[in-house]
Amino acid sequence: MIELTRRATFSASHYYWNEAWSQEKNEAVFGRCARRNGHGHNYTLEVTVSGDPDPVTGFVVDLKWLKDVIENEVLAAYDHRHLNLEVPEFAGAKLIPTTENIAISIWKRLEPAVQSAGQARLSRVRVYETPEIFSEYRGK
Amino acid sequence: MMQTAYFGRRYTLSASHRLHTDALSDDENRAKFGKCNNPHGHGHNYVVEVLVGGPVSSDTGMAINMAILDEVVQTSIIQRFDHANLNFDPLFANQVPTTENLCREVYTLLKTVIPTGKLEYVRVEETENNFFQFYGE
Repeated sequence: MIELTRRATFSASHYYWNEAWSQEKNEAVFGRCARRNGHGHNYTLEVTVSGDPDPVTGFVVDLKWLKDVIENEVLAAYDHRHLNLEVPEFAGAKLIPTTENIAISIWKRLEPAVQSAGQARLSRVRVYETPEIFSEYRGK
Repeated sequence: MMQTAYFGRRYTLSASHRLHTDALSDDENRAKFGKCNNPHGHGHNYVVEVLVGGPVSSDTGMAINMAILDEVVQTSIIQRFDHANLNFDPLFANQVPTTENLCREVYTLLKTVIPTGKLEYVRVEETENNFFQFYGE
């Protein structure tokens, strides 16, 4: 079994806010991340799939194909967007766009395409909010 | 359903060390550890990467609140090792302060004080080109 990782970047804005809480509690828990006009990051996304190399091509998956899947399923929706306002899984305060929830949401966006290709399985999604802060989701 | 996610954070600390053991002669120490055995020690800008896994709270969207993790790491790791000589720390009284051993000690110090979630691994980067990772076993 080989793990293959493709990296991509996107830039987006967000803020953290729990509608069920007072402003004071939001500010106490989320600090500066609770500022309602939002702030932004250059996110780095690492998508890892695993499988056995194809005996003919030597590929676990075609990297160009994986690049296109990431582009179509994730970057097209997230890049240069305000996550809280413009991305369906977060909009309307459905979900707080923390790095954890972004990693989980990106997994959900990618998994069907990787699954249907049948060659490899999605094993890990890692999202860097900054070079020092990241989250990872492994599908469970 | 609560999903488990992993939250990672990277910290830096600067410390000095000398690789030397009394179990070997001076010549053997020099042969084994090379320039790392220089009597006056030398230093590194270490990067400590911490990964904590846990259920993502529906209230906060977080596996662990970064501010809390930062405080714990600051108190138990950074204040202890930053701008210090590792050889003088009691943890290295009976073992060589290699980055393998530092990595294991950082894991052990953090494991019991992480307030939520499970410490998945500690990774210590001694330089950009060599790093060590410990999963607790």
